Amino acid sequence: MTDTVISILFSGAAFATVLYLISVGLSITMGLLGIANLAHGAFAMAGGYIAFALVNRLGVNFFAALLVAAVAVAAISVVLERLIYRPVYDAGELEQVLLSMGLIFASIAIAHFAFGPLPLAVNVPASLQGQVDIGWRSFPAYRLFLIAFGLCVFVTLWFAIERTALGARIRAAVDNRAMAEGVGINTRVLFTVVFALGSALAAVGGALGSEVVALTPFYPLEYLVYFLIVVSIGGLGSVSGPALAALLLGFGDSACKILIPEFGAFFIYVAIFLVLLVRPNGLFGRAQS
Amino acid sequence: MSLQDARNAAVEKLLSRRRLSPLELLPWVIALGVYFFLPQYLTLGSQILIMVLFALSLDITLGYAGVIILGHAAFYGMGAYTAGLLAVHGWGDPLIGLVAAAIAAAILGLVSGIVILRTTGLALLMLGMAVALILYEAANRLHDITGGFDGLRGMTIQPIFGYFDFDFFGKTAFLYCLAVLFLAWLFVRQVVISPFGRSLVGIQENADRMAAIGTPVARRKLIAFVLSAAIAGIAGALSAQINQFVSLSVFSFELSGTVLVMLVLGGAGRLYGAFVGAPLYMIAQDQFAKGDPVYWLFWLGILLIAVVLFARGGILGVVDAVRETIGRRLTGRVAVAAADTKSSAGS
Amino acid sequence: MIEISRRNILTALSTVALLAGVPSSSYAADKVIKVGISLAMSGPVAALGDSIWRGVSLYQKLHQDSLPNGLKVDVIQRDDAGNSDNIKRIAQELVVRDGVRILGGVALSPQGFALAPLVTQAKIPLVIMNASTASITRGSPYIVRTSTTLWQTSYTLGKWAAKNGHKKVYTLVADYAAGHDAEAAFMKGFTDEGGKIVGSVRAPVTTTDYLPYMQNIKNSGADTVFMFVNAGRINAATTAFVGAGLKDAGLGLIGPGDVAIDDDIINMGNNVVGLVTAGVYFAKNPVKANVEFVSAYKKEYGPDALPNFLSAAGWDGMAAIYDLVRSTGGNFTSDQAMQFLSHWKNPDSPRGPIAIDPETRDIVQTVYINRVEMVDGKPANVNIGKIENVKDPWKELNPQKH
Repeated sequence: MTDTVISILFSGAAFATVLYLISVGLSITMGLLGIANLAHGAFAMAGGYIAFALVNRLGVNFFAALLVAAVAVAAISVVLERLIYRPVYDAGELEQVLLSMGLIFASIAIAHFAFGPLPLAVNVPASLQGQVDIGWRSFPAYRLFLIAFGLCVFVTLWFAIERTALGARIRAAVDNRAMAEGVGINTRVLFTVVFALGSALAAVGGALGSEVVALTPFYPLEYLVYFLIVVSIGGLGSVSGPALAALLLGFGDSACKILIPEFGAFFIYVAIFLVLLVRPNGLFGRAQS
Repeated sequence: MSLQDARNAAVEKLLSRRRLSPLELLPWVIALGVYFFLPQYLTLGSQILIMVLFALSLDITLGYAGVIILGHAAFYGMGAYTAGLLAVHGWGDPLIGLVAAAIAAAILGLVSGIVILRTTGLALLMLGMAVALILYEAANRLHDITGGFDGLRGMTIQPIFGYFDFDFFGKTAFLYCLAVLFLAWLFVRQVVISPFGRSLVGIQENADRMAAIGTPVARRKLIAFVLSAAIAGIAGALSAQINQFVSLSVFSFELSGTVLVMLVLGGAGRLYGAFVGAPLYMIAQDQFAKGDPVYWLFWLGILLIAVVLFARGGILGVVDAVRETIGRRLTGRVAVAAADTKSSAGS
Repeated sequence: MIEISRRNILTALSTVALLAGVPSSSYAADKVIKVGISLAMSGPVAALGDSIWRGVSLYQKLHQDSLPNGLKVDVIQRDDAGNSDNIKRIAQELVVRDGVRILGGVALSPQGFALAPLVTQAKIPLVIMNASTASITRGSPYIVRTSTTLWQTSYTLGKWAAKNGHKKVYTLVADYAAGHDAEAAFMKGFTDEGGKIVGSVRAPVTTTDYLPYMQNIKNSGADTVFMFVNAGRINAATTAFVGAGLKDAGLGLIGPGDVAIDDDIINMGNNVVGLVTAGVYFAKNPVKANVEFVSAYKKEYGPDALPNFLSAAGWDGMAAIYDLVRSTGGNFTSDQAMQFLSHWKNPDSPRGPIAIDPETRDIVQTVYINRVEMVDGKPANVNIGKIENVKDPWKELNPQKH
């Protein structure tokens, strides 16, 4: 029994970490900019493919590749933010959805062209392979690393948002953009910074998670539902909301698979209905009208 | 301009919507032209007509009622499986299939609409997606009934009115789809120019104000949603009948996304966006995707981005804008001339 | 419309050529046999279509000048994105617009079912190069299959496993038609030989994380896991298997050839090593035809490219069509073509000897038991056993009612 519970918690947590890394940036940008950027998964995919090319093809160190992927994707995202996203900040939701679809289509084509249609995964360094024995039970080393990494990111983000001046500005802009601008916060620069950070995190998530969430050209569409669920359940514009949502999803998903596998695919959709009907702004969303 | 003139102008403007302009006949003329002169394109033609109908149905909820959802395939699929299952079990009359499909999709629209239309924005987008995905999974699971992933097969579709048989060249299928689309178009046109349709536009523009002047906003939206679902169901049924096959992809996210893209490329909320967007999309796909489908997807993506950045109203929006600019230049000149005469008379 | 104008231009050009006295022998209309190939070249299953198409077009490239008397096979490829409605329309267009005499391709089983009534009505032979649900060939007398059925591989694997020390198996399959097929086939073969199924689970095709399933497998006391997950999830599933410590605990991991695709596993790490599969092709097969096939493939698609069972099925499908054209001189009715194709055999395919069973129009071939091992630092299928002349077991177990 305890064994089952631990299995549920453990495998759920690792999956949740991947979801969290990829989605938290989406949550903050959506909360801050109010735009429905469904193409966020493309940044995760780009990060994954860059890391794949560096590690598997060129033999670059895994962690160095993560860093390069994050920086490269952040740079790409800044360009896209300036050229493509900025004009639609004030447009309707429909325009934003379409723009995202356009970006998704283009990114699928580019990925297919550059890496082919086969599913790929970034090679994990030997030091993180195998099992770690902690006395009475052993765990896959890489998953432990993932969970630890996710925790670090969460703590860092939480601290940055809640305790730093930049974080205060972001929170102010999420709550009331006009007011924030009124007191002299340069929201344009803020948007760009947040967008770049969110994309970089997604890139890291895509690269780290490729073992679970395989890289294929269809990545941005195939896993879109997962990312959106984390964001919509977690609530927009927060750091801890998506974390709890991701954990909820991870635990629920793995509990379902272990305890009632027949119910499998329905769990996630039923969860969406239950949560969003009771709390349309997500479990932890700030009330927005 | 006196008050009377203004009133007349307004009445004239409202009435003019009811009148058929010759331009509105164009799609039908083209369709008949295809039938007579391009018989080898009839199968593609039928598929296009079905997608026009599907996009038209989406226009009611998205373009007029302003409900943005990414799961319209739920209703299309519901219609397809309803008509398909009826045909598999011996009720192969196509018209009965259409009616049953419309009813089944409308019921699904009503039930899901009551639940999900209480939300807006991201939550609504997600819930719409979830409805379609739940149906996808349900159809996959119930494979003894639906054929699951392998698809629903073994339909026997009877001739239309017991007389017109479906032929290999797709002639009957084309005319059948065309006739159904024509009737649906007449109906939708009637709906959107009715006071009900105008109130939908009002709701989309400012729901609070409409509520304030006594419009039952939620109920109007729900009615539009149900109508839209029923027509999407008919489109799905047509597809099932002429293909004699239904696969799980009728519930897919891709289909929901594609129909949205078609509608918006054409121009949402204009009744004719579907008639422009769906054929253009499908013909372009047919031509360009032949050589290299990957490039097609790339350029489609770029095109979508360009539409959003430079041509918000879709193709029809651009046409309108051009017409308006030309019109304004012309009337502008007249107005300036009139002002000149007035001022000279006053002095 | 573009098609028409192109055709007009061609007609105009050939008229000009005739007037100018240029010999136009090789393009005499009756000597060109058009073959329409519809595949998923885009969309979520593009990987399938891509592999098949590589086999088809490689064969076409290497053999287009091999036919006598100026005979030509003209291949027209179309993309159906894996969609059933599309493939039906495309097939109709290929027949009506382009005048193809033979259809081929078909990546997914639902597409095969969708096409069946059409090819019956049009009387056009259809050479299926993947779609592996057993019953498809019964959908129309004009269907012949050069790929495989999941029953052929999974049922055979079940029998082999029971005879080779696997006693208690837990099955993990993707929850859709192909997964159900693989599960049923394996269970039948395995239990018929006295094996015991200790548990089963069907994972939704949207599953990304397989680790939770491993917990129940661990508790079940199984000595082996039979796995069939949808394409793209194989790495995730094997990683979960290893990560949960099942490999270290000595459990075996087996499955149909679809989970150890030759050019897919080379991209995976150590985790996939030890996976035993029953497939109809493996890239390291030393027979001469395969060595030549692999080297031609690498020459055409790059040194890192590797053919798989899909490209082999595409290649063999084209070989059957070329043999038909060669032996009839291009003069055949659809029924004659079916007569020929359903008796077609090739002792020297890259897969080894293959033949079409005239009774079922399905392929009879060797099923290879392969084990994934590290070869030159990369995972590859290494042969450890084979069962020859395997017919589709499903059709033998489910005889057609007359």
